[in-house]
Amino acid sequence: MIVPIEHILMVSGAMFIMGLACVLARRNLIMILIGAEIMLNAVGLALVGGSALWQQVDGQIFVIFLMAMTSAEVSISLAMVVYLRKRKGTVNADAFNGMQG
Amino acid sequence: MASALFYILSATALVATALCITRRNPVHAVIYLVNAFFALALLFYLLGAPLVAAWEVIIYAGAIMVLFLFIIMMLELAPDQDLKGPGWLRWGPVVALTLVLVSCTLLLVAADPGGADGVPRYYASPRVFGYALFKEYALAVEIVSFQLLFAAVGAFYVGRTDGGSRRRSES
Repeated sequence: MIVPIEHILMVSGAMFIMGLACVLARRNLIMILIGAEIMLNAVGLALVGGSALWQQVDGQIFVIFLMAMTSAEVSISLAMVVYLRKRKGTVNADAFNGMQG
Repeated sequence: MASALFYILSATALVATALCITRRNPVHAVIYLVNAFFALALLFYLLGAPLVAAWEVIIYAGAIMVLFLFIIMMLELAPDQDLKGPGWLRWGPVVALTLVLVSCTLLLVAADPGGADGVPRYYASPRVFGYALFKEYALAVEIVSFQLLFAAVGAFYVGRTDGGSRRRSES
């Protein structure tokens, strides 16, 4: 290990919190998706750090599965952004309140 | 040297992420996010995961971010207002981040990969990686492949242009 695991987890946690803030605070659908990307990458950093800590390859394999999951999520959600934009003519998340949630 | 590089790259990734989530223009946000992912890829390499680092650049920075850019351009989401303030405020941070990343990459390349300094101690060789991925986790690979297929079908269905409206007008 080149650095203590706590420092890796601190960087990962700070990045995760920034992504969470982006998801919660922004109203643009594209920016919400970008926040989700940031959070997934922060988790990937924590997984690689754990893999380096315990000298096992499983953490890196989990990151690969995370990447595959992210590709699926991004393709679906960007298709939904295009669809929602076609329906309402906007990408503001506040406009989609049809369920009165 | 490796730990110093780790802290520099962590700071770069955090600064790029902070700049990304505060941009009003989605295109600028995507550009900063590409910088952040590049710094993350170098971090992965430092932590002994070269394959994951390569895929981070290829899949995240290369494919997913370009997909975001395509959608932003297709929907014309980027505002075309005139920004106030001097021009270097707009391109200055990107150039600074890119310079830091390029110099870190060159330092990594220049450092002897086999020496005692600046070396990732743990190097997951492709042999070990592939054995674990396709032997121990073979079922998970199959499930993920199904998931990607379902995602593709779902994206085609959601993004279809005429199918739904035609059916609605016929009835």
